[in-house]
Amino acid sequence: MSDWYRDFANSGFGTTITRQLGLPRPAVLRRYEPGRPLLPGPAVLGSTGGGRLGDTLTRVLTDAGVAVLPPVVADGPTDGEKPAAVLLDATGLTSPGQLAAAYQFLAPAIKRLGTSGRVLILADPPAATDSPATAAARQALDGLIRSVGKELRDGSTANLVYVPEGAESAVASPVRFFLSGRSAYVDGQVLTLAAADVPTGEDGERPLAGKVAVVTGAARGIGAAIARVLARDAAHVVAVDVPAAGQSLAEVANEIGGTAFQLDITAADAAARLVAHLRERHGGVDVVVHNAGITRDKLLVNMDAARWNSVMAVNLQAQLDLTAALLAAEGVLRPDARIVCVSSQSGIAGNRGQTNYAASKAGIIGMVRAWAPEFAARGATINAVAPGFIVTEMTAKMPLGTREVGSRINSLQQGGLPVDVAETIAWLSQPGSAGVNGQVVRVCGQSMLGA
Amino acid sequence: MATTPRTAAIVGGNRIPFARSNSRYAQASNQDMLTATLDGLVARFGLQGQQVGEVVAGAVLKHARDFNLTREAVLGSRLSASTPAYDVQQACGTGLEAAVLVANKIALGQIESGIAGGTDTTSDAPLAVNEDLRRVLIRLNSATTLGDRLKALRGLRPGQLAPEIPRNAEPRTGLAMGDHAAITAKEWEIGREEQDELTVRSHQNLAAAYDRGFFDDLVTPYLGLSRDQNLRPDSSMEKLAKLAPVFGTGDPAATMTAGNSTPLTDGASAVLLASDEWAAERGLPVLAHLVDAQTAAVDYVHGGEGLLMAPAYAVPVLLARQGLTLQDFDFYEIHEAFASTVLATMKAWEDPGFCKERLGLDAPLGAIDRSKLNVNGSSLAAGHPFAATGGRIIATLAKMLHEAGPGRRGLISICAAGGQGVVAILES
Ligand SMILES: NC(=O)c1ccc[n+]([C@@H]2O[C@H](COP(=O)([O-])OP(=O)(O)OC[C@H]3O[C@@H](n4cnc5c(N)ncnc54)[C@H](O)[C@@H]3O)[C@@H](O)[C@H]2O)c1
Repeated sequence: MSDWYRDFANSGFGTTITRQLGLPRPAVLRRYEPGRPLLPGPAVLGSTGGGRLGDTLTRVLTDAGVAVLPPVVADGPTDGEKPAAVLLDATGLTSPGQLAAAYQFLAPAIKRLGTSGRVLILADPPAATDSPATAAARQALDGLIRSVGKELRDGSTANLVYVPEGAESAVASPVRFFLSGRSAYVDGQVLTLAAADVPTGEDGERPLAGKVAVVTGAARGIGAAIARVLARDAAHVVAVDVPAAGQSLAEVANEIGGTAFQLDITAADAAARLVAHLRERHGGVDVVVHNAGITRDKLLVNMDAARWNSVMAVNLQAQLDLTAALLAAEGVLRPDARIVCVSSQSGIAGNRGQTNYAASKAGIIGMVRAWAPEFAARGATINAVAPGFIVTEMTAKMPLGTREVGSRINSLQQGGLPVDVAETIAWLSQPGSAGVNGQVVRVCGQSMLGA
Repeated sequence: MATTPRTAAIVGGNRIPFARSNSRYAQASNQDMLTATLDGLVARFGLQGQQVGEVVAGAVLKHARDFNLTREAVLGSRLSASTPAYDVQQACGTGLEAAVLVANKIALGQIESGIAGGTDTTSDAPLAVNEDLRRVLIRLNSATTLGDRLKALRGLRPGQLAPEIPRNAEPRTGLAMGDHAAITAKEWEIGREEQDELTVRSHQNLAAAYDRGFFDDLVTPYLGLSRDQNLRPDSSMEKLAKLAPVFGTGDPAATMTAGNSTPLTDGASAVLLASDEWAAERGLPVLAHLVDAQTAAVDYVHGGEGLLMAPAYAVPVLLARQGLTLQDFDFYEIHEAFASTVLATMKAWEDPGFCKERLGLDAPLGAIDRSKLNVNGSSLAAGHPFAATGGRIIATLAKMLHEAGPGRRGLISICAAGGQGVVAILES
């Protein structure tokens, strides 16, 4: 499943050829490895003026051992270490006139940005003001960051985090995520935080120590990658998949020191069995990742009931039923639980031949948003992750043309890996991500579809 | 009644689906299957890298190279390499006997946990060289001079190349086990129809159990098989009636067919046993306890008893020791080597003459409630990889007892070649 084109474009000969022909030059993305520093170089921190996050951001960066540089001077010296990240505190914006400060800060810094660099803007949410001018300025950043994402090269990404008043303590976890290699394939995303009780003293390399995590569809593909990453982050993983997938499920569980639980999540008693299992074996559950999903593609005019119903049952109804049962079971879902629901780009952009699949995946987004307040009230969160083109055994079987187009039509000019989806889910599962709730995070390399 | 310090808990089990001979597992060895089965158990209970007190397992058809089969399987598994293991062999009683051995050590406090299992393949069965050839080769091997070697080689004959294929036959009588069972069936006047009825029920019960997900935490798929290959959910009296008898065919009224006899099968099973404390420390369930067990053997060569009737003798001994009657059970698991064996055993327990003269009892043990017999199917449907059957039954029964609630009791009865039988009581 290697990306032959990316490898070629990064070889000596390939570099020459692709440059001369003006072909896309997908970068080898910087991905998270335990023990590595958060960033490979210093970060440039700036503000549009009057921001309230300067101290918080400085602390997050210095705590992570990142050197903080002042804004880069336009047409200044080009020697010295290249910044690995550019952060803009845009809180305090009140009018479009102040936006010029954003471009003036970003332009020279981005010019110097290193490979797999990060551009991150933090601002107040547009919805949190009555002033049209203020809302306009804040919303303008949305267009700005998405365009920056499309202009960046060499594996760099640009994302925007809206931070409402009072949610300052929730900033650290998303900032670390967007700067780190965990977000390698997360690009052009806009996240809105919420005020929350964020625990302190998090174990950086073992953020999920002592946690029990359920992953459905864990026998292969993205689910297996999620199980591996959660286990790497020190969770005990209960790996769930249909009984027929039991052999590979057991292999995954044994590889990561987790346990295999064979269960068809669409069975009538699936929720009861999962609840009983978690209660009996683990006394409860901290993280639930609804990843199991199926496709049964057919044009709507040719759609049959079996295709429609099976996709709805696995992709949407089971997520609803299992979550509802966990919420209802006394003492099983721990107070600070994290639920992550795997949606899809198709659920956002739609896809020909996938009315059933896209409907189910869009439904997940509605479900997550509706449930978010109830989860927040218990100190828990529920979020959706929407993968774009992810390279799996499934995509490896696609015809070359379809696969090549599918994997290139995004700002990073390549398909993502299962681990990219997994890292995003593992981040949302962290105790420190308490302020990320009811969000949809796309892991799509800023796909052109549905953006 | 003997008192033991404690009884061993049955935490759970794992098996691979049983395959028909020379089919899906044709390329798998006993060691492959046992290792995969242990790994499935490890995954189910999170035992990666852990040392359990002992792993005890065996195979009935065993290659000479597999002298340390269980230990080799442990070394190839995800269990800690410091887990001791040994092999046992008691024909079809191997799996249950292995569990009894583990349970006894746990009861005595010699180990806190253990795995009992069994594996058998009739596809990858050991072929022995022809006895004549073997002698020639031994002579050749011990010859020191060229002359001696040539002399030894002169003993070679083409006929010696025919291998000795292990047969499912009794060495002392030369009769196939099925033919022995046919003698017993005739003696106890076991009819064709009741055998076929028992067979249909076995298939229906096993299929229903799979359909309601009963085996989801008892079976791990292997080599593309996720249900027992022998299972025929659509088995019916009409279909079974079409089959011609294959055992006891000297008799025109022969009743035993390939349908109401177990086919040759490949597979493996394992059961995790422990002290209650060991299970509690790990948050693992206690499905049931292995309360007591008994073996018996009959003289089928000269004594006029049926080859597979030993459990009929073992059960009353066990009942007496435990102060129980045959009716004091919620479930009965009588291994279906042949439908007729199950029926003959039950008939014997109901028979005043047999119970008085052979068992020395004042009154017959009586009838058992058929609705409690093999309720999730047994060997006729699942198949019977000899040493793997005990583990299949223990884990299945333990789960049934657990589901039924505390204080429920189940009886296991397994007949074995050589005129032997192993029986045991589980209680939730
Ligand atoms: N691969 C991609 O590019 C991509 C893109 C967008 C979204 N997704 C989503 O990511 C998730 C994982 O996708 P994947 O590519 O790894 O798929 P996959 O088919 O490789 O894996 C899905 C797993 O879910 C299991 N599963 C299916 N039905 C189940 C049921 N009823 N009960 C329990 N388990 C069940 C399957 O057995 C399988 O192991 C899915 O929800 C999918 O829709 C994938």
